[in-house]
Order: sequence, then C-alpha cells, then structure tokens
Amino acid sequence: MTSVLISTASRGRRTRDRAASALMAVSLLATLVPLIWVLAYVAAQGLKYLGPDFLTKTPPGNPSLSGGGFYNGIVGTLEIVGIAFVLAAPVGIGTAVYLVEFGRGRVANLIRFLSDVLVGIPSIVIGAFVYSFWVVRYGFSGFAGSIALAIVMLPIVARSSEEILRLVPDDLREASYALGVPRWRTIVSVVLPSAWAGITTGLMLAVARAAGETAPLLLTALGNDLFTEYNPRKRMTTLSLQIFGNAITGFRKAQSRAWTGALTLIALVLVLTLLARSLAARNDRALRRD
Amino acid sequence: MLATAKPWRRLADQGFRGLTLGTGALLVFVLIGAAWFILREAWPSLRHYGFFSFLHVRWAPSEATASARQPNPYGIGQFIYGTVVTSALAMLIAVPISIGVALFVTQVCPQGLRRSLSALTDLLAAVPSVVYGFWGIFALLPALRPVARFCENTLSHVPLIGFFFKGPFFGFSYLAAAVVLAIMILPIITSIVREVFARVPVEQKEAAYALGATRWEMIRMAVLPYGRSGIFGASFIGLARAFGETIAVTMVIGNSVLRISTSILGQGATMASVIANEFTEANQPFHLRSLFVVASWLLLMTLVVNVAARLIINRSGRVGGANL
Repeated sequence: MTSVLISTASRGRRTRDRAASALMAVSLLATLVPLIWVLAYVAAQGLKYLGPDFLTKTPPGNPSLSGGGFYNGIVGTLEIVGIAFVLAAPVGIGTAVYLVEFGRGRVANLIRFLSDVLVGIPSIVIGAFVYSFWVVRYGFSGFAGSIALAIVMLPIVARSSEEILRLVPDDLREASYALGVPRWRTIVSVVLPSAWAGITTGLMLAVARAAGETAPLLLTALGNDLFTEYNPRKRMTTLSLQIFGNAITGFRKAQSRAWTGALTLIALVLVLTLLARSLAARNDRALRRD
Repeated sequence: MLATAKPWRRLADQGFRGLTLGTGALLVFVLIGAAWFILREAWPSLRHYGFFSFLHVRWAPSEATASARQPNPYGIGQFIYGTVVTSALAMLIAVPISIGVALFVTQVCPQGLRRSLSALTDLLAAVPSVVYGFWGIFALLPALRPVARFCENTLSHVPLIGFFFKGPFFGFSYLAAAVVLAIMILPIITSIVREVFARVPVEQKEAAYALGATRWEMIRMAVLPYGRSGIFGASFIGLARAFGETIAVTMVIGNSVLRISTSILGQGATMASVIANEFTEANQPFHLRSLFVVASWLLLMTLVVNVAARLIINRSGRVGGANL
C-alpha cells in the first residue's frame, strides 16, 4: 500500500523520503560498527594469550614479565558477584512482590519511582557510599564489594521482576484463593513459580551488569593482584579490576594479560546476556499463548 | 474471603506483606543513606573550604595543609567542566543516531529483522565499561587522529568557537572520552526511544498515509510528535549515565586536574574519573573529604537529571526494560 502511495508523491518528496531512510540506515551502521569493532579487537588481542595458564595462575610478581594469569580475578568475580546476588535477589524480588501484590497508593509509587532513580545513580557514587558506611569501619573487603554490587543489581532485579509479576494472570490468583489458599501461600507457590522464567531473566541481566562493574569495586574490594584470596573478609581482586590495573601499567606483557582478561569478561557477560534474552523471548511466547 | 479467614491466617498474610514492604523500604533507605553518608564524609571539607569549591579550577592536593583555607587547593570547577563537556558532546553524537536507529528498527526495516536488530544494538550496553576504556586507548585514540587534525587545522580558526578546537592533540582527551561515552549511552537511549516509537497508534500512521504522505512525512507527522517526550526522557537518562560513567572515561581522558583545558582536544578529568583515580591514594589533608565533596555534587547532578527524566517518561506512559 505504502509503495503505491509513494509513487504518486512528487519527485522532491520521494527524494527526501529516500534520504531519510538512508540516514536511518547510516545511524544503524554507526551503532553496529563500534560493536563489531570492539568485539573483534578484543577477540583478536585476547586470543593471543588465552590458555590454561591464564585460567589457573596468578600474575607474576613483576608485571613486566610474561606468564601467569587472572585466576585470582576469576575467583574474585565469581565470589563477589555471587554474594551480591544472594544479597540482592531476595530484596529485589520482595520489592517486586510488594509493588505488584500489595502496593497501592503513595508508598508504592514512591518505591517504584526511587528504584527507577536508583538505576541511574552512578556506580562510583554507590562505591563511595559503601566506603563511607562499611569500609571505614571494617576495611576494604570482597564483601564490601558485594554490598556495592548488590546495590547496583537491586533496582534492576526489582523493576524487571515487577514487570514479569504483572503479567501473571489474575485468574491464577483467584483460582488459588477459591481453594482457600491464603494470600502469602498463593504468592509463594502460585504466582512466583509461574513467573520464574521471567524473574530469572532479570536476575541474569543484573548479574551480567554487576560482573562488568569496576568503579565501585575500586573503592570497596580494592584489588589484590598477587595471590588468590578466597576469604571475602579480606581485600580481593576481580577480573574487571585486574583488567583495569594491568591495562594502564604500560608493560606490554601485563597488557596482553589484560586483553585476555577482557575477552574472558566479555565472554562471561555476553553469554549471560544472550542466555537471558533467549529465555525472555521463549517466556514471552509462552505467556502470549496463555 | 479474608474476613472469614482465621486470625492467624490474616496475621500470616499481614506478616508477609510487611516483609515485602520491608524489602521495598530498604531500597528507599539505600538512596537516602547514600546521600546522608556521602555528605557526612564530605562535611569537614565543605566546612573548611566553603561550599563554593566549584568556583575554583585547581586541584592540587599536595598544596593542602591542615589549617590554610586560601587559596583553595581543592577546586572542582574543572571536573564539572569535564563532566558537562564530555557528556554534552556525547549527547550530540548519540541522540541523533539513537533516534535514527529507533526509527529504522520500528518503522523501516522488515518485521522479521526487528527483534534481532534490537538485540544487536542492546548488546552494546552489555560490554563492560573497563573493556570500552581499554579498547579506547588502543583502537579509538589512533582512529581519532584525523578528526583531531581537522579540528586543529580548520575548526580552531573559526571565530568565537575556535578555542574549543585548539590543539595540540595527544590522544587522551575530552574528545576521546566523549566518543566512548556516546557509544556507551547509545544503546540506552535507543532502547527507550524504540519502545516509545513502537507504541505509536497504527491509526495515526495510517491516517498520515491516507493523506498521501511518504514514509518520512508519516514519521514527521505521526511518529516524532508522539515520541517527543519519550525522546527527551531517554536523552536525560543517557545524560545521567554519561555524567556518572567512570572507568572508561578515566582510561582515555588523560586525568589532568591542575586546571581547565577548554579545548575538546585537551586533557582533563571528570567528577567521576577523579574519584576513581585518586580515591585509594588520597593521603593529603582533606583529600579524601574533598573527593567526597565531588561525589556529593555528582550525586546531586545525577539525581536531578534522573528525576527530571523519570517525570518526563512517566508522563508519556510507562516504559520499562532491564537495560535502563
């Protein structure tokens, strides 16, 4: 239909139409080029040093030497993000449950609004916050990093879970009430399980975001390049911190380790993101079928 | 049904409600707590040097002493300048591109491509900040040389705005930071604008076509007016993100703190980057306190921009998404 109408338009208007479409295509290109450029560059640099050593060893004491790897950073990322997940998931999901199942009026609106605002607070400021209420008392530690990352994750989990819980049909809740099941049981055993796939998507995206964070960890977990620390009450390093530290050293060998670290981190984050998205797409179709 | 329930059951329901309300309240407390604790750490420096450190543009912690107040060694005007200039430049690059991409995905490209193109542009948001910074140092800085040469040779002779493009260019610069920021806020703005455009009522689009409009005319008549507040809101969210982006900027901006370099080819620092750069090595009198002053201003700026953005977006109907 459109094309028929366009053909009746004057030549100047048709030219303008084509120019506009061309500009849009160019802007798409301007978006995809950096994406491919970044991914390809990191892959090319990172693959050079990727190997068993990288995944199982710590960096050499002298950063100008070759060899070693980011094992301690990988451990740190998994541990710090893991603890952050444990802190953020229940609180985030609880907030979503309150907003959807109980929240009406001013309090709910305030919480919803502030969680939107909290998403936009810079992570470095969150790091400074955790420093000022935790690190000044208990010192730099992996756990302090986990608190900071939990705050980064919290609004993401809350808002994405809220959206999913809203999609759960009221029929399900009413059927459960009709059986005499109390409200809290209905939520725990009917509403949450039926929204589980969607909630998982939000959780995975939040984990991906947290795993890539560097700035708040500088102020909380601090970093620890030389040995593997498993105790979250001590200062720890993460992949992101090690990439940052090694990238700006100026030593070629350290930088090549950092590139491989960047590749590892990107792979971790992208796998999580893509998994989350495909899960979301499948869940979307399933909900629409209902 | 609840009225006939046994009392303990009502208690359980209310307890559960309280529990979930508690988790929601925690979120509110985090925000209030952040403001309170950061301001408390900043307070001694604010009291010592006064509230107007943003009027000074020299940051020289080594000149600070425990007692002297003048001249203020912790001026933060240059950081505010750096944050505003890099963010504004990033917006200048990213907003038009985002609108173009969102229009292309929602109005132009075939239905079947829509989802995968959206997913691809969203991937830009998944790349960690530190990776952008690292890539920026080694891939972007050399690529920016021709742009910088054009600024230096041509734009710097334009009257009035010439000072903005003065050389020399050493790679690390506001310009590099702005380009990295633009890439990082692109997917955020795009995903919001895309959702707004996708919700333009079909009737309005068909009405435009029925009047004989070409596709571009339809977009101007139906899509853009409908999406205007969404575009504004999305841009504000992008701006807040640019204000606070830290590690990537720290890696490519040069971290020069002693004065304002006005040219976008010059080196500088942003509020976020100076915190990241000096925090763990702050050992002069009032040094750490003054970094908390920077953090306080940064928090205030991002709060204001975010609140404005959310008010605009909420007025145009809710838009969600985990990327935001």
